[in-house]
Amino acid sequence: MSRIERLKGQKSFIAFLTAGDPTIQKTEEYILAMAQAGADLVEIGIPFSDPIAEGVVIQDANIRALKNNTTTDDVFKCVENVRKKTDVPLVFLTYANPVYTYGKDRFFAECERVGIDGIIIPDVPFEEKDEFKTEADAHNVDIVSLVAPTSEERITKIASEAKGFLYVVSSMGVTGMRSTITTDLKTITEKAKEATDIPVFIGFGINTPEQVHEYYQYADGVIVGSAIVKIIEKYGENAKEELVKYVKSMKYKN
Amino acid sequence: MSKGRFGVHGGQYIPETLMNAVNELEEAYNYYKDDADFNRELNTLLCEYANRPSLLYYAEKMTKDLGGAKIYLKREDLNHTGAHKINNVLGQVLLAKKMGKTRIIAETGAGQHGVAAATAAALMDMECEVFMGAVDCERQALNVYRMELLGAKVHPVKSGTATLKDAVNETMREWTARVADTHYALGSVMGPHPFPTIVRDFQSVISREARAQILEKEGRLPSAVLACVGGGSNAIGMFHHFIPDANVRLIGCEAAGKGLETDKHAATLTKGKLGIFHGMKSYFCQNEYGQIDEVYSISAGLDYPGIGPEHAYLHDSGRAEYVAVTDEEAVNAFEYLSRTEGIIPAIESSHAVAHAMKLAPEMEKDDILIVCLSGRGDKDVAAIARYRGVNIYE
Repeated sequence: MSRIERLKGQKSFIAFLTAGDPTIQKTEEYILAMAQAGADLVEIGIPFSDPIAEGVVIQDANIRALKNNTTTDDVFKCVENVRKKTDVPLVFLTYANPVYTYGKDRFFAECERVGIDGIIIPDVPFEEKDEFKTEADAHNVDIVSLVAPTSEERITKIASEAKGFLYVVSSMGVTGMRSTITTDLKTITEKAKEATDIPVFIGFGINTPEQVHEYYQYADGVIVGSAIVKIIEKYGENAKEELVKYVKSMKYKN
Repeated sequence: MSKGRFGVHGGQYIPETLMNAVNELEEAYNYYKDDADFNRELNTLLCEYANRPSLLYYAEKMTKDLGGAKIYLKREDLNHTGAHKINNVLGQVLLAKKMGKTRIIAETGAGQHGVAAATAAALMDMECEVFMGAVDCERQALNVYRMELLGAKVHPVKSGTATLKDAVNETMREWTARVADTHYALGSVMGPHPFPTIVRDFQSVISREARAQILEKEGRLPSAVLACVGGGSNAIGMFHHFIPDANVRLIGCEAAGKGLETDKHAATLTKGKLGIFHGMKSYFCQNEYGQIDEVYSISAGLDYPGIGPEHAYLHDSGRAEYVAVTDEEAVNAFEYLSRTEGIIPAIESSHAVAHAMKLAPEMEKDDILIVCLSGRGDKDVAAIARYRGVNIYE
């Protein structure tokens, strides 16, 4: 059974950070700290020069990581070290080009070797999922599908073929913190859940404990990225304590 | 294989948030491209507003001076707004209007596409916002002011390298944030399907006219047609109706910047590798980990790390040839054409003129070359002066 499957039937909190920000050593420490603090899955961004689905906060984290010369090989090494110390599900988030250029088979073979369970590639929609499917399947890496507020009649088609978990994009635009989200997430989430048994998580623009606790009512979990990256931006190499505090505040409470 | 492929190239590598928007665009385009009223309206705009058909001019002095092939210039520089970009935006903005959109967003490099988009938006009563790299805003300050005069809002893009690729990133981000009332008028034959096809079709008026004009003037087809290539829209427009004519060489001229041996160039087909970026599979200047390179050219319009997927395919199949032209060669051509024919070409188009200057003397006198003069060079005068060490103020 894949590590992601273990999240079925519970309310999960998913934490995102960009690898190499502020350093790849700190990324290792922060992943472990957040897992220990209760993150049920950690999403690790492999930095890319042109992250078109990201808002300013995560764009800047990508730039900082690349300025530190963080490479895809460094990120694999980091995950390899993390995996020795935790069994928490780990997924990558990156764009099509770093995966394609690394060599599709080589990339997914490395994922399998170091213990990556899934990957989110925001610029690969349903129509293009065959691009990486063969290699990802061969190495037991789930390619996570996304549905957006604009997906409408596409939701059922996407959800019914989704693997790992389904990522519901909560609002229009790029990642980043928003104080209010106007999309009818409940309807989207319910429609998706009719078409799939895998966990359905909501992400993009989530910031505060009030927001997450509303989403926990109808989704299987929430994904938080920019708010965590913002903490790392602010505290740099000394962010561990703040991250632990933040993750604990965002966990599902009965 | 997904939609919009040219060989292995093309496709739709974009966030899910935009998929319904591009599907809706494709559906609308497929309907209107064969709609008689739409085509009549577009044709009226092209002829009555944009000054089409553009002239096919015999450059007699240049021909005699170079002493080889007969050189013709396809004068896209004489179009309203001074470049080929207007062909595409009139088509796209009219299409957007038919689709019920009220707002146009666009990226721009040199500012030519931004100016064209702002022009079409003004004409057709649409709101217009243009994203332009902060570095380019500085290089082409006049075009920024021109867009504002036309009623557009210009957003300087400071992220990444602050040039054309970042302007595309930012326009895509803007489109994901507000898609219902907004059409992204992409400026080149790039991006996700259906853009490479739509933009090609709207630009193919260049070769439709040029082919008929040369047959009328010379009674035969040219030996070669030449155009500069950044994303590749004027080149695909110049090539399209000559593709079935197997004896006509199609030559695209990329920016070699300060030289192919340096890292200061934008020669995607000469030096790039296959990748996936900006919605398409194609060739890109990138490092071993797939990070997109910062590219360079004296020309802001050719300063792009990728190339449209149809060019990538024409390159693979060998139907078209792609050569690289340095800043120095382009500036020489800029000055040469100004002096010889009294025509100041855009620094982008000067790349094609430069290659024609190399090619023509090696060809026979009964060979014919057509060079696409994609834009006029008024916007570049200050930059060329600076290149020659003369400081003038615009």
